[in-house]
Amino acid sequence: MVEFRHKTPLIDQLETGPWTSFVSDIKREHESRMENPKGIDFQFNQDCCDDLLGVLELSYEHGRTHWKHGGIVGVFGYGGGVIGRYCDQPEMFPGVAHFHTMRVNQPMGHFYSTKYLEQIMDLWERRGSGLTNMHGATGDIIFLGTSTPQLEEVFYELTHNIKQDLGGSGSNLRTPSDCMGQSMCEFACYDTQEICYQLTMEYQDELHRPAFPYKFKFKFDGCPNCCVASIARSDISFIGTWRDDIRIDQEAVKAYVGGELKPNAGAHAGRDWGPFDIQKEVIGLCPTQCMSWDGSKLEINTPECTRCMHCINVMPRALRIGLDTGCSLLLGAKSPILDGAQMATLVVPFIKVEPPYDEIKETVIEPIWDWWMEEGKNRERLGELIKRQGMQKVLEVTGFKAIPQMIQEPRSNPYVFWKEDEVPGGFKRDINEFRKYHQR
Amino acid sequence: MDEEAAKKLIVETLQKKKGKSKFYLKDFYKMLPDEKPRTVKNLVNKMVGEETLEYWSSGSTTLIGLKGVGKQAGAEDEED
Ligand code: HEM
Ligand code: HEM
Ligand code: SF4
Ligand code: SF4
Repeated sequence: MVEFRHKTPLIDQLETGPWTSFVSDIKREHESRMENPKGIDFQFNQDCCDDLLGVLELSYEHGRTHWKHGGIVGVFGYGGGVIGRYCDQPEMFPGVAHFHTMRVNQPMGHFYSTKYLEQIMDLWERRGSGLTNMHGATGDIIFLGTSTPQLEEVFYELTHNIKQDLGGSGSNLRTPSDCMGQSMCEFACYDTQEICYQLTMEYQDELHRPAFPYKFKFKFDGCPNCCVASIARSDISFIGTWRDDIRIDQEAVKAYVGGELKPNAGAHAGRDWGPFDIQKEVIGLCPTQCMSWDGSKLEINTPECTRCMHCINVMPRALRIGLDTGCSLLLGAKSPILDGAQMATLVVPFIKVEPPYDEIKETVIEPIWDWWMEEGKNRERLGELIKRQGMQKVLEVTGFKAIPQMIQEPRSNPYVFWKEDEVPGGFKRDINEFRKYHQR
Repeated sequence: MDEEAAKKLIVETLQKKKGKSKFYLKDFYKMLPDEKPRTVKNLVNKMVGEETLEYWSSGSTTLIGLKGVGKQAGAEDEED
């Protein structure tokens, strides 16, 4: 039996719920480290997991954290990827006195081979706590807990043996992340993995050498289903879309109506919801009311369709995304550090997503960065700068034209104003000409 | 301004700051108002590479200071 030095009655309660608990996971890792069946030559405190449970228990007792926030950043030449974490009760919990986090750039779409997972775990059990967070909210692999001297060692092995880089942290470009896209999903309107990888490679300097006012995130969703929630979580959100017709297979539509095909690919099979009602479940739920069904033919009025994905999700065998595909770009989502949470705003309704992505880089990413680096205050996210200086400024900086789809309804968000040089004849009028038509 | 003079100015400006050891990149822009932000950024990176300066991070925000000066760990809001 492996001993636990700290009694942890409060956090033990977390193990009594219906789900697996991180407390159990940490205990298991402690047991495994102490028994050490693989004979690992530990370079970081073997008993760190025990002290980690101890410091957490103390925090529950006190209702306050015992971690200090921040520190010098680890590896040479990088300003991100390592987050210094120090315990403020090092005598009581020496195993976690230094317990730095490392962020590792995850493979695109989170595709792993078993060999790769074994390699990173071998490395992390030897040179760190053995505890990971798969994955952090940004999407990277998070290595939880090691000492300062181990940072360079981990970095060396990661880059030389596993061919893997650190991710972003601090005021820089954060590790870009994406959905699995065309590798597995028929809804993907562009190759999310390719652009995510290429932009990660292109913007290495922005990722590793912090020069922004604050964090900046790219996320790539292959379609409006938004599996990585880019619309809520990224400063530039790439959402796949198309601009031609949804492809309709009328025979398959009839098969759904007739019950031969299960709606939503059978996802609601857990309960009997009665026969599929296309009128109620598809036509009636179309947010733009652009669909019609006369009992034998389904029609979609494409100019009105906002590509919400609803009808396609319900009847994937009958309806498919169009063929002229690309993405929409939305700016400025963030969580509520200042001001409250904010969803992204549509700025580019449609842009082609084709390597080497010059149009996206040159007309969106780089002008936006130049503006934000110049005008953004310390710790101001892009979304906050947009609120402060106005959406019109964003259009000016990027050169995109205001279009009706950018606003929810007329006169509720009036950021679109005419400027003098956009109006034929300017704002000055010829008073004599005016008086010919209008009395005083 | 030539590079050596700019580096010297940065170091001297930082040494003069009392009671504060870590700064935003924007503070460095102000030290060299005639240079483009990108030039200043590259110079700061270079000085980190040469180990004159070092990065400090809370995890979400990055600050920069003279290497070894001030606290190495602690809350970003409680400078000294
Ligand atoms: C020439 C023969 C075969 C071809 C061309 C073929 C092709 C494919 C393709 C294209 C997929 C989709 C992969 C994806 O999800 O992206 C797939 C999935 C699959 N195939 Fe095959 N397959 C073949 C034989 C077999 C055989 C013999 C079996 C089983 C005995 C099998 C079992 C599966 C299973 C279980 C999946 C689903 C895997 C997943 O979703 O990850 N396949 N196959
Ligand atoms: C106790 C036995 C098994 C357990 C606990 C198990 C568990 C799982 C789990 C957790 C997944 C992943 C599902 C996901 O994608 O979220 C999976 C997928 C799969 N399993 Fe098993 N499995 C077992 C036995 C088998 C056997 C005996 C076979 C084949 C003869 C099999 C074939 C597959 C296939 C083809 C998939 C991929 C399905 C898909 O994603 O389309 N499994 N299994
Ligand atoms: S966002 Fe769309 S394309 Fe990407 S995995 Fe989800 S459904 Fe598929
Ligand atoms: S994608 Fe959405 S808006 Fe377009 S037709 Fe289908 S339900 Fe209607």
